[in-house]
Amino acid sequence: MSESVWILGTHMTKFTRYADKDALDLASEAALGALADGGVTIHDMDILASGTLFQANAGMGQQLQHQIGQTGIPVYNVSNACATGATALRTVIMSIKAGEAEMGLAVGVEQMGKMGLLAGGSRKAEENVYQPSGRYGSVMSVDGILGTETMPGVFAQAGMKYAYENDGVGFEQFAKVAQKNHAHSTLNPLAQYQKEFSLEEVMASPMTSYPNTLLMCCPTGDGAAAAVVIGEEMLRSLSKEQQQRAVKISASVLTSDPYVESGQIQSDVNTLTRNAVDAAYEEAGVAPDDLDLVELHDCFATAELIHYDNLRLCEPGGAGDFIDSGVPFRDGSTPVNVSGGLISKGHPIGATGIANVYEVSTHLRGEAGDRQIEDAKVGLTHVIGLGSSCGVHILEAAAN
Amino acid sequence: MNQDSAPAPTEIPIVDYLVLGDDPHLVANQCTNCGARFFNRRNACAHCGGTNFEKATVANQGVLEAFSIVYRAAPTIPVPYVSAIVKTQDGTSVRSNVVNTPADPEHVKLGMQVSLTTYEVGQDDRGTRCIAFGYEPVDQ
Repeated sequence: MSESVWILGTHMTKFTRYADKDALDLASEAALGALADGGVTIHDMDILASGTLFQANAGMGQQLQHQIGQTGIPVYNVSNACATGATALRTVIMSIKAGEAEMGLAVGVEQMGKMGLLAGGSRKAEENVYQPSGRYGSVMSVDGILGTETMPGVFAQAGMKYAYENDGVGFEQFAKVAQKNHAHSTLNPLAQYQKEFSLEEVMASPMTSYPNTLLMCCPTGDGAAAAVVIGEEMLRSLSKEQQQRAVKISASVLTSDPYVESGQIQSDVNTLTRNAVDAAYEEAGVAPDDLDLVELHDCFATAELIHYDNLRLCEPGGAGDFIDSGVPFRDGSTPVNVSGGLISKGHPIGATGIANVYEVSTHLRGEAGDRQIEDAKVGLTHVIGLGSSCGVHILEAAAN
Repeated sequence: MNQDSAPAPTEIPIVDYLVLGDDPHLVANQCTNCGARFFNRRNACAHCGGTNFEKATVANQGVLEAFSIVYRAAPTIPVPYVSAIVKTQDGTSVRSNVVNTPADPEHVKLGMQVSLTTYEVGQDDRGTRCIAFGYEPVDQ
């Protein structure tokens, strides 16, 4: 049995659109912040994992070293859709568990600016002569003709399929998710947006892809998050304060989408989430009822609703009733996305899978200020990238 | 006029898994081992790993399992349109648009019966017409 692994320090930048900072500035700020938070320096690190999606070939990890310390340690530059940050974190965790490192740094960063809709390629000017090409023998871009490739639409369909299969789920239930997360965001100064909206305002905002209105979609933006990860033995050699503030990583799981019949026409976001969370609950010896807070991947309101079910937070098929009864609101029994979630906090893709670990760790340390969930002892983070990749981490407060 | 150029076909399907003619339909690459169906060119089966495939005709009738009414799209794409996931009578999932009905939740309903239809989406310089497929509601 390999030793247990802990978060020693963590930090995130405010998520917003930065005019005067580049991705390297943000990665440096997050990395230096996490190191300082843990009371260590880059010279204590045995490994660095750096995650970014849109600058995946930029060697961001080495660029970061060139800014904050070139110590010659191995660098892993990772890219794994919206699970990029979680993948960077897990790379460091695996290295410590393998006994190759005692302490390491994971950083996730993204600078997106106003990218608008992701995917859903603009249709090329039509060829002069139609010529079938590619694996589907297509003669033109099929986005908008053979269904949608846009993210709001794809996740709308994922939610609508759940609505088709289960009672009590419709536009209003999806909208309540966004109402909740916008309300939560008002307590989080690091969130990209901190504005509360009524359910009526959420439902009446411009339609992006029914049933997702504009206020039910996450924004694009810039930001970074980082975490220092440490093995148990090394942790016990540090100060009492460092040990008390450390957060135990009780489970770290990464999955991809197993074959399902419909997966070839729309990537499955359900099965791999269920597989990941089931493995995580088993690894941690934790049940859904034990969770004091959850940060899950609400890229769109429709996504959050189906993940209540995928993460076993509600009865099977009961996600509509779950939101209607107020359970995932911050004063409910299973607070979900008290950070404001991706919908309000923002979703700079590479940063997201570490920013959620920052959020949960901060609550478990009792340091979340106005948005603190009282006596939080156990929390879960979840990210999913279409294609698909899913990362789940279960975190626990230090025992003392 | 270039004497060497072969006469262009008058119609071409938007994707190669759409078969035109008197009875337009979709055709899938079906794994001969496990029966999994795929619309794209295959190297092997994502389900069982088999490498032998045969062509399988996909049923034209199906049920609307999921949809989204898309208002925000690339500039050249007319909106709103209805994107949908259809489960055909033979259990194959297909993604396309719902057509020939207003794009609103009053006319597009989860679980409604739909049927494949084809329509022209463009012409090239030789006058070849590009034919796409969509699904239209079936009167019940």
